[in-house]
Amino acid sequence: MALLSLKGLKKSFGSIEVLRGIDLEINPSEVVGLVGDNGAGKSTLMKSITGVYSLDEGRIGFQNQDVTTLPPGERRARGIEMIYQDLALAPQQDIANNIFLGREPTKRLWGFLPGFVDKEKIDAEALKMIDRLGARIPSIHVPVGRLSGGQQQTVAIARALTFDPKLVIMDEPTAALAVREVEGVLKLIEQMRDAGIAVILISHRLNDIFAACQRIVVLRRGSVIADLQREATDMNEVVSYIVGAHG
Amino acid sequence: MLSRLHIRLESLIVLVVLSAGMALLSPVFLSVNNLFNIILATATFGVLAIGATFVISSAGLDLSLGSVLGLSSVVGAALVVTLEWPWYFAILGSLIAGTLAGAVNGFIVTRGMVPAFIVTLGMLGIARGLALIISGGRGIYGLPNEILFLGQARPLGVPTPVFILALVAIISHYILAHTRFGHHTLALGDNEAAAKATGIDINRQRMLLYMLSGLMAGIAGLIFTARVNTGDPTAGLNYELLAITAAIIGGTNLFGGRGSILGTMIGALIMGVLQNGLNLLAVQAYYQQMAIGMVLIAAVWLDQVRDRKRS
Repeated sequence: MALLSLKGLKKSFGSIEVLRGIDLEINPSEVVGLVGDNGAGKSTLMKSITGVYSLDEGRIGFQNQDVTTLPPGERRARGIEMIYQDLALAPQQDIANNIFLGREPTKRLWGFLPGFVDKEKIDAEALKMIDRLGARIPSIHVPVGRLSGGQQQTVAIARALTFDPKLVIMDEPTAALAVREVEGVLKLIEQMRDAGIAVILISHRLNDIFAACQRIVVLRRGSVIADLQREATDMNEVVSYIVGAHG
Repeated sequence: MLSRLHIRLESLIVLVVLSAGMALLSPVFLSVNNLFNIILATATFGVLAIGATFVISSAGLDLSLGSVLGLSSVVGAALVVTLEWPWYFAILGSLIAGTLAGAVNGFIVTRGMVPAFIVTLGMLGIARGLALIISGGRGIYGLPNEILFLGQARPLGVPTPVFILALVAIISHYILAHTRFGHHTLALGDNEAAAKATGIDINRQRMLLYMLSGLMAGIAGLIFTARVNTGDPTAGLNYELLAITAAIIGGTNLFGGRGSILGTMIGALIMGVLQNGLNLLAVQAYYQQMAIGMVLIAAVWLDQVRDRKRS
């Protein structure tokens, strides 16, 4: 049974039709590569799934429930996480606070004052998650803005994984990384799959797509024009779909 | 310790050095009475500065603080003096008038997508005009003793406004530094897209922040009314300058993402000492205005230099 099912998604910005009726299903534990040229609608599609954009038409089902009209926070709570290309981190806040941003655990101060953010718990859990990812970070109290690109990527991934997601969408997670760091991210994707998490990987690097994904979906001008199994295709075919030269 | 309390060492040093300088220049400066004068004067715009801290650390701006103070002062006094309602309507009226003005600011900023700078600049004119209309341009004198207590009494030898400021500051510090609302405020100011993506309802957050800022103006208006026994339509003129400057020199980032109520209190005390010291040295009020304006620009300038060095 599909974890995520998209039916007839349409979205326009002014007179520009960015999504022209997208149908797609993603299963649990599936790692799907989403490729397409700039402007094919990948980011719009992903932001529609997370709820940052609202759709003009279509239906988004997640775990057999209609989430089409739910706000982003509610979809996150149900297990849809996205790691943005621009990472969506708050640069002046520390690593731990970034990981728990929007979902801070609270306790009662002195047993009665409500709503007190449990900073000790945030710090402890954040440290655990960073360790689990095997990242080297000086201290979880460093403002995120002072970290390297790879370290920031780790914080973004840690944030996505802290709340037991069912589906993680990664937008160009390797674009700003050094080669060694790319391998780390690909290994993390494997770990996620083994933990039963479905992953949608958006990338321009077909090497990374072929290394991580069993299934490759090609978007062109707001439509799905190819849905391929890795074993049954090769890079040339994918490229020809991307540039619209296929068939 | 200082960083745990979210206070910057620099602003503390400025406060100490400035106070020491004033003490050397004027023998009266360190007298108990004068120190009370300083915090009494600081109390009014200190509460405003707390409102400014919330809004600015969310990357917003509230230029209407001083005018809303004046409107709140007049509304509270008019209800009790002109309409002869019970004394506590001066409190309710001031706080509600302030919060409503803030709600209008917040509504237009979030729904109308009009920049906060423009909305609150407009409200600066609207609230002041409304205060003058309601009062007929004259002060509304003669408030009941219960209200005067809030401005003129000295329980335990300390002026009531100082207690009010301390209470508001402690609660506000707790909210900004330790609650989810505070965390979301800083995140919103730091990276709006990130705040939105993590599921924070940024419109609601903004709306509440402007209402909070208005509420602070209402509290300051109430203190003002009680201190001078008048609902004064010109109350709080140019106070937004003091409030915003206090917040900025206290360490609030003008572009959002960083802010501390305790830092702002240090900033407010710096402004209070500066004003008081210049008064003692018999410097004309005109020059004081200039001095405050220069402090604001210098504080932001220094902040910019420091940020550039860091990156």
